[in-house]
Amino acid sequence: MTVIPLSVVPSEPLLRAEQVSIDYAAPGSGFGRAAARVRATHEVSFEVWRGDRFVLLGPSGCGKSTLLKAVAGFVAPTSGSLLLDGRPIVKPGPDRIVVFQEFDQLPPWKTVRQNVMFPLLATGVARAEAQARALHWIAKVGLARFADAYPHTLSGGMKARVAIARALAMQPSILLMDEPFAALDALTRRRMQEELQALWEEEHFTMLFVTHSIEEALVVGNRILLLSPHPGRVRAELNAHQFGLHSGGSPEFQTAAERIHALLFGAGEPGAGEAEGGQAAQTKRAWQS
Amino acid sequence: MSTSWEPPVRPEYEVPLAPVGAGAPAHPYARAPAPAPARSLVRAALSQGWLRKAVLLALLAGLWELLARWAGNDLLFPGFVQTARAFVDGMASGELPRYVAVSLGVLVQGYLAGVAGAFLLTALAVGSRIGRDLLETLTAMFNPLPAIALLPLALLWFGLGKGSLVFVLMHSVLWPLAVNTYAGLRAVPETLRMAGRNYGLGHLRIVTQVLAPAALPAILSGLKIGWAFAWRTLIAAELVFGASSGKGGLGWYIFQSRNELYTDRVFAGLGTVIVIGLLFEHLVFRSIENATVKRWGMQR
Repeated sequence: MTVIPLSVVPSEPLLRAEQVSIDYAAPGSGFGRAAARVRATHEVSFEVWRGDRFVLLGPSGCGKSTLLKAVAGFVAPTSGSLLLDGRPIVKPGPDRIVVFQEFDQLPPWKTVRQNVMFPLLATGVARAEAQARALHWIAKVGLARFADAYPHTLSGGMKARVAIARALAMQPSILLMDEPFAALDALTRRRMQEELQALWEEEHFTMLFVTHSIEEALVVGNRILLLSPHPGRVRAELNAHQFGLHSGGSPEFQTAAERIHALLFGAGEPGAGEAEGGQAAQTKRAWQS
Repeated sequence: MSTSWEPPVRPEYEVPLAPVGAGAPAHPYARAPAPAPARSLVRAALSQGWLRKAVLLALLAGLWELLARWAGNDLLFPGFVQTARAFVDGMASGELPRYVAVSLGVLVQGYLAGVAGAFLLTALAVGSRIGRDLLETLTAMFNPLPAIALLPLALLWFGLGKGSLVFVLMHSVLWPLAVNTYAGLRAVPETLRMAGRNYGLGHLRIVTQVLAPAALPAILSGLKIGWAFAWRTLIAAELVFGASSGKGGLGWYIFQSRNELYTDRVFAGLGTVIVIGLLFEHLVFRSIENATVKRWGMQR
């Protein structure tokens, strides 16, 4: 795959995370006891530039989703700073639209068109323009025929497409994707990766993409931040711009995948392989309370 | 030489994809399409839900009539035919509709007051922690308390009349609806809330544009439960008094008919209560559900 150079190269990164640590209160702590804090990410720094397809990759418990939620503004870092365009991130906002993994991110009482129009109307876009923009992006993800269908009549892949159309219609500074294809079957996931790639080649949006799949990271991203679990620390930052959808079987791709695997699960990291630990599950719950 | 447990190796084949219905291309498993099985008339009729229920009701009515004939005591147990005649007579004379109108008038007032109270309480609970504590405590206290148990107190406060009835009715609707609405709001998926916050929606707009529609199935079920509770509370309250306020409702009609030993009218009154309940369930709540939660796939 070729990387198209941006016409104007900005001298500043779009998103800058400096020494970001995020703690959360462990469940079971409370009145009369010192609140036990569990560290989700520990002093993580990275920079995302305009046009990046920046991937946060790591096993469960590495804090990658927590980092993304911090960028979205749902979670405040305990220490360190998160700057978007030089301004600190303090709360959720429509300049950072999140595509979630869960299918219930689409309000079931709105049709596909109304779903895509919803954030546009919420941020004050006039109805006629919102309608036009929504239809444009619905057509872009190939759902023009389903504009007036309700979400429960759509397949998982189609729901993911609606969520992507809804996010891109907002033209956010950065698109935040939280394991968007993890709940899809393998064939649909592959197809969605292709379509996302095609969309990016047309639009060159900036995206922060969280995944736990090494292959997905290499295919989707141009730059990969590897995180180690318990707590999440930076293990490496790698380039992946040389890999596209069709380099899947190539020896270079295999080498890169094995290198990442060794970095995440290799020697000197005892216990790193037990990814689905109880702590990871606690992290998920803690953000939902 | 293959052994008996090895599956046979079969030839591979590929089939070009033709549009469905354009004539099947040849492949080893192709066969002539089987003719569609003819559906019998009875089976087609039984696939209609309302018809099944109507048949069931007719059977029950027949059983009732048989039992009544067998018992042979009009005073204690009138049959279906006799009850139906009393019902038609009551309707024709305008006596029954008058009682129904009185009952429904009071019912609607009490119901609306209860609904307003429940929404106010839930709004407080969504808005603040102290409101949440208030709702949880109050519903825990009053939900198990039968509304009719407050009638003596209501009579003391508001006297014999509509005021007491409305008070008791409001009480019967308020708590179950508040419990349901609040549970529905709490069960809204976290992802949906986060999506709302993501667009920069304020607290109020998240409640009205995200939480309320997402909780609609629970709210509707609370409205249905509240309606049923209000109905039974009203009839029970009217059995206690009714004449004193000048004109009675359906409960009073039932009570009065019993005093005068018109047992068939007692049955007709009970039947009217049931019929009105069914009408509301099917005409009002069912059509709201069909237009909203069923259409959105939030409820089967």
